[in-house]
Amino acid sequence: MSHDTAAHAAAHGSVWRRWVFSTDHKVIGCQYLFTGMAMAVIGGLMSYVFRMQLAWPDAPVPGYGVVSPGEYNALVTNHGSIMIFWVAMPVLIAALGNFLIPLMIGCDDMVFPRLNRLSYQIFLLSALVLLGSLAVPGGGFGGAWTSYPPLSAKGAYNLTPYGAPLWLVAVALEFVAFLLGGINFVTTVMNARAPGMKASYIPMVVWMIIIASILFMASVGPLVAGAVMLLFDQILGTRFFDPAGGGDPLLWQHLFWFFGHPEVYVVLLPAMGIVAEIITVFSRKKLFAYNTVLLTAAGTGVLSFLVWAHHQFVAGIDPRMAHLFTVTTLLISIPIAEMTFVFIATLYGGSITFPTPMLFALAFIAEFLIGGVTGIFLGSSGTDIYLHDTYFVLAHFHYTFFPIAIIATFAALYFWFPKMFGRMMNDTLGKIHFWGTVIPFNFIFIPLFITGMGGDHRRIYSYENFPMQMTPFLQELRIVATVSLVILLLFQVVFLFNFFWSLFRGPKAPANPWRANTLEWTAPSPPPHGNFATMPSVYRGPYEYSVPGRADDYWPQHVAN
Amino acid sequence: MSAAHVPLATTRSATGIPTGRLAVWWVLASEIVIFGGLLAAYVMFRLHHPHWHAEASHTNTWAGGFNTVVLLTSSLFAVLAHQAALRGDGPRAARLLYATIGGAAIFLLVKAFEWSTEISHGFTLFRDTFWSFYYTATGLHGVHVVVGMILMTLIAADARRDRNLHRVELIGTYWHFVDAVWIFLFPLFYIAR
Repeated sequence: MSHDTAAHAAAHGSVWRRWVFSTDHKVIGCQYLFTGMAMAVIGGLMSYVFRMQLAWPDAPVPGYGVVSPGEYNALVTNHGSIMIFWVAMPVLIAALGNFLIPLMIGCDDMVFPRLNRLSYQIFLLSALVLLGSLAVPGGGFGGAWTSYPPLSAKGAYNLTPYGAPLWLVAVALEFVAFLLGGINFVTTVMNARAPGMKASYIPMVVWMIIIASILFMASVGPLVAGAVMLLFDQILGTRFFDPAGGGDPLLWQHLFWFFGHPEVYVVLLPAMGIVAEIITVFSRKKLFAYNTVLLTAAGTGVLSFLVWAHHQFVAGIDPRMAHLFTVTTLLISIPIAEMTFVFIATLYGGSITFPTPMLFALAFIAEFLIGGVTGIFLGSSGTDIYLHDTYFVLAHFHYTFFPIAIIATFAALYFWFPKMFGRMMNDTLGKIHFWGTVIPFNFIFIPLFITGMGGDHRRIYSYENFPMQMTPFLQELRIVATVSLVILLLFQVVFLFNFFWSLFRGPKAPANPWRANTLEWTAPSPPPHGNFATMPSVYRGPYEYSVPGRADDYWPQHVAN
Repeated sequence: MSAAHVPLATTRSATGIPTGRLAVWWVLASEIVIFGGLLAAYVMFRLHHPHWHAEASHTNTWAGGFNTVVLLTSSLFAVLAHQAALRGDGPRAARLLYATIGGAAIFLLVKAFEWSTEISHGFTLFRDTFWSFYYTATGLHGVHVVVGMILMTLIAADARRDRNLHRVELIGTYWHFVDAVWIFLFPLFYIAR
């Protein structure tokens, strides 16, 4: 094995070729990971600035200064855009997908390695365009990540003549990158599987990333078309979305949410897959109802296309349509609840241990449950009309996206770190980081559910203009949320320290530290270019833990018997 | 190993379908929803704007009809090129691809003629949302024609030397898609008045 590594390193020559222009799926995965982490730091610091403004209106924010209304809008807009498009998608799907798919299906790379590299380069360009959009005259775009026209379509309205088009170009480039990546993922899993890897032997996280990629491909098209139209409205002066010129702003909402709601499931499904992998390993049990999970994931995918208009309950929708979309929206909680029950059934009776990745996986289930349950209120048109665009909505989607994009991602990073970098992370620091993340998280968003029900509207720069919203009770809740956010952000330093310290100084990881079944653990840690010394064959499903009559409580997929 | 290293992944075929063909179909699936979104939006608008039939009467049906024939013929050349590639006759496949590119060039010339006449008569991008849709949809389609021409030039250059003949099929599939999109654009913007 070692001769392989040395030979590859030597043959690959310069640092540029090995790390910057590599076509190796693992290197590209790490590039996505580090870019996503850098963007997460930026997005997190943005939330610090605007939360400070909300807790102590108009006071200078330490480290930033006084926040102007325009800056506030740009901060919340770009926080949302960054966290979803430049953190959740690149880390959950692109980084983990790139790293895991070839390793888990027993192959040496993606089927189109150069296309893969191109996809990352376009993604990096999109990130740079987005960051650049914050520095142009007029400032960054402040029309919310949903970018509703006519506000977003006219520089005269949004006062960001360059920021708005650049933001849109960045989002469009990001979509192109993920379309290329998704096509690569899907064709790789279809064609490059190891001998013996039947469909029912594919690990759940790979399935979930594939279903998510197909969902993304099938849903993003209308928004790509919409983005072209909006860009023309912004820079050429067409009036697709301007009623004064015969256009219709609601058209954008349809095009946007036809993508925007499936997008929730695009990032949710990989997170569910990660949790499935981790809880089976740390409860030493078979995943309960593999086929059913797969079917319901596909069902979630189909249903996710039929729910978008619940975002438009207050936009003047025909009540009969509102009824229809209420039903489809509530229906989607069935497959999601089913997956949650599968996780609980998998845990039931298992020999559970609680290393850091398992803690994060369990926290995902608990926290996401709150996100799901509060979604019921918003999916029903009757209650949504009252709660729409309040902090209740904001707290709800943070209870879905935070578990997905942050908690599940941490679970995955702690779990696969030994494979990615060949070293172990510190478990004690991991647990400190775990509690320092999960507890403050609840103290940020439970108060915001309450302020939302108290009438706090989103996207308000300062409530001082609304005396009814400046009661001591509401203001104290805002301060609780803000202080909790600062605590949460401070605890991420523990993670960053643990991550980078372990990267260089952590104890060397064995090939299979968690005694897991899936194929990536048969490769050395970290896997060399080409992954496996001999290409594996697959004999069984990925979750054969604690099989009666076997000496070991695990049975790797590539071991003949 | 370094630059010439070919991963095993690129040669495996668990489904039995060549990977390139799979990928092209996934590309087309994602393209269908892009044009689908645009055209669905157009159709919805059309239903709510009865005056658009008057606007649509200013598009040149003869030019659009001629272009339909040109595109369909170029698709025929793409099929013949695929046949030649299957027989292993790279130079012939390349010549037929050049014929396809010729068809694409004629299509663009006619399109340029149409656009310039329309614009000179005052039917600009801003005149009405109908025209915004017209220029956006035909423009997006035109971009696909140009991309196809570039790719065909590269593939024909390879095919001439009998290299990568399987790509003749892939670009043909793409070209039929470009053709099929036009089959939707032509009635929606030219015929349905």
